[in-house]
Amino acid sequence: MNFNLNPNLSQKIAYTFLAMATIIVIVPVLTVIFIIVKNGWSALSWEFLTTMPTDGMRAGGILPAIIGTLAIVSCAICITLPIGVCAAIYLNEYAKDNLLTRIIKLAIVNLAGVPSVVYGLFGLGVFVMLLDFGVSIIAGALTLSIMELPVIITTARGALNSVPYQFREASWSLGVSKWQTIRRVVLPNALPGIMTGAILSISRISGETAPILFTAAAFYVPHLPQSPFDQVMALPYHLYIISTQIPNMPKNIIFGTALVLLLMVLSMSLIAIIARIYFRKIRKW
Amino acid sequence: MVTKENDKITVENLNCFYSGKQVLKNLNLTVEKNEILSIIGPSNSGKTSFLRTLNRMNDMNVNFSREGNIYLDKENIFDMNPEKLRTRVGMLFAMPIPLPMSIYDNIAYAPRVLGLKNRKNMDEVVEQSLKDAYLWDEVKDRLNASAIKMSGGQQQRLCIARILAIEPEVILFDEPCSGLDPISTAKVEEAMLKLKQKYTIVLVTNNVKQASRVGTRTAFFLMGELVEVDTTKKIFVSPQNKKTEDYITGRFG
Amino acid sequence: MNRKLIDSIIEKIIFLCGIIAIVFVVLIFGFLLKEGFYFFKDYGVFKFVLGQYWYPSSSPAVFGVFALIIGSLLVTLGAALIAVPLGIMTALFISELAPKGVRDVLKSIVELMAAIPSIVLGFVGMVTLVPFIRTAFNIPTGLTAFSGSIVLAFMAMPTIVSISEDAIRSVPWSYKEGAYALGATKWQTIRRVVLKAAMPGIIAAVMLGIGRVIGETMAVLMVTGNASAIPTSIFDPVRTLTATIATEMGETVRGGLHYRALFAIGLVLFSITFIINFIADLFLNKNSKKG
Repeated sequence: MNFNLNPNLSQKIAYTFLAMATIIVIVPVLTVIFIIVKNGWSALSWEFLTTMPTDGMRAGGILPAIIGTLAIVSCAICITLPIGVCAAIYLNEYAKDNLLTRIIKLAIVNLAGVPSVVYGLFGLGVFVMLLDFGVSIIAGALTLSIMELPVIITTARGALNSVPYQFREASWSLGVSKWQTIRRVVLPNALPGIMTGAILSISRISGETAPILFTAAAFYVPHLPQSPFDQVMALPYHLYIISTQIPNMPKNIIFGTALVLLLMVLSMSLIAIIARIYFRKIRKW
Repeated sequence: MVTKENDKITVENLNCFYSGKQVLKNLNLTVEKNEILSIIGPSNSGKTSFLRTLNRMNDMNVNFSREGNIYLDKENIFDMNPEKLRTRVGMLFAMPIPLPMSIYDNIAYAPRVLGLKNRKNMDEVVEQSLKDAYLWDEVKDRLNASAIKMSGGQQQRLCIARILAIEPEVILFDEPCSGLDPISTAKVEEAMLKLKQKYTIVLVTNNVKQASRVGTRTAFFLMGELVEVDTTKKIFVSPQNKKTEDYITGRFG
Repeated sequence: MNRKLIDSIIEKIIFLCGIIAIVFVVLIFGFLLKEGFYFFKDYGVFKFVLGQYWYPSSSPAVFGVFALIIGSLLVTLGAALIAVPLGIMTALFISELAPKGVRDVLKSIVELMAAIPSIVLGFVGMVTLVPFIRTAFNIPTGLTAFSGSIVLAFMAMPTIVSISEDAIRSVPWSYKEGAYALGATKWQTIRRVVLKAAMPGIIAAVMLGIGRVIGETMAVLMVTGNASAIPTSIFDPVRTLTATIATEMGETVRGGLHYRALFAIGLVLFSITFIINFIADLFLNKNSKKG
């Protein structure tokens, strides 16, 4: 269809379309953020962040939801990060390149794409019921940590892989053992990549609703969590409840809750993005 | 096994394979104490594979397998702990690979990890190693600078210093000057000739002239086989094998 | 000697963690398979997959997921039609046309987009997009498959854009040089050489984006209306596989037939996404081998 056109003209037309497509993609993102900030800003106050909800959640603050999310997410990352990094070290540095290893790598890549609601089912079946943790912080944290495990393993392997193989050889050739080489040369240089990946993971699981829907989240709990076996309120689930299940909910509280969640998640992503740009700049090789 | 008093390394019927493909065929060779044995030959003749077998770096490659034995001072290296072996047989790679840390830490890295020296002595070890590698004067005022920022020739001498810090008995050089300019090459060669007094050196090189300049003896490898080994003078003046003559006079390779 | 001991203990721990991670992988699949199989044995696979009606609380309960599968496919197809062209064009713009400073900003925005929780997107879609669609198309409700497609298109976008962008950028410079040397304009080069060379990576990007859309739960739940009937048009309310699990699991009797039916849906979802990701992985490997 472009064959009759002057190539320069068709190039101009194509560029215009590409630019327009980019604008169509970018503008809604900024609009979503803008809408939430504009409508939620008025609800944001110290009191909103630090008090319990009152009046059937139509007034008061969202403290228990914030605490709940922090509790679940911090437990989850404490479980998944060490296991994930160790598994990545194993796969990247120790595992022999045989059929089994290849199957495992393939499975891990593919598990990263399994829907989060399916992880929720798994968590319900295994942690809530089979292991009898009940609907609790620990069950939710375990569910999220298993969901995030493939992602952590994949990013950590990427970070380990980006450390040049020659560094390992140089270290081995000096009589340094495999583990000492990993500890003193490979890990220090892979750490920035692993940490930015971890921050992105924290950001991602903070906003997840489906996996905690049946494993940790409660509609309303009148007190803050006392033990890891308590049910908790959680920010994303709280947002779901107040925006769909409660009639006559004041708009600014819903938007305020959405804003808190968004700020939490986006600030962490931003930190990760900036950290990555920074580390790439100061990278020594 | 027949070893003479003066033999440092004895290679006996060595066959090496990568993924089943034979790269070294029935190799028998000795390296004498305090000599520089140059190994020359066209690319893919098994020179580097041989070198990497001497300190068992090939063990890190899962596709590698071998038959035959290598003795270091009458002790079979395949019965030794590979890490222990590598502290006795140091290796310098074709491209300089400084670790991403300071000049000082590059030298101190292995002695620290291996627990060879206490902290007080470390300064002395670093200084002595750098002096022996002819680098001390150039870097003594910036020991904490990153090693990555040095020039290629300096990096290669840093890598030599790094090996000297673990006080090996043998040093393997794998085409150490392939990426260097003539002046840097001359400095590395000068260092090598000095090091010969204290260490046994095996040098793999693509540069026939380099072998003639520094080699005590020279071995010619072709297609994974040892064609000829003799004193450097003999190899270059009156080689016994026609192929050796063709190679060193530049007819192929 | 002590040092050696510690080293070997740490290595053992690393092996153990590797094995734990692997065991979990196997466990997830095994567990879903087990629960799903119980259900299939009791209810029948064909009755489940091809059944048109989903009435879990009538007696006897009916568990036909055909309408739900159609719902998921319709929403996914709509989202793909929006997201794929826009995503690839954006990726081209970012990698080939945008000046360096702009490129970094755009890439960061795309990444922020990926970070917005689906519940937040669903909520904003519910309060802005849904009423807009109701009035714009003059239909009884704005909670439609179409609304779901739009919201999901933006959830697939970051995946499609960033992976396509990687693929486009990894096309060797020499390919382009060859085209320029023959007098092609930059756009002709992009269209005939760059796109072609990057195609396996772009296909992988699209597959992964679609995988993400099929598995998306909360956003789609909030804007598609949740009606478990086979839709006749894209402006009908629909219900997806994921939304069914999310809304009904809370009310089931643990271990009952309904509970197991939801696990069977989970197994279906797991299989679909696993296949999609597997294919994407094949294309990604093809791309990296060439690059």
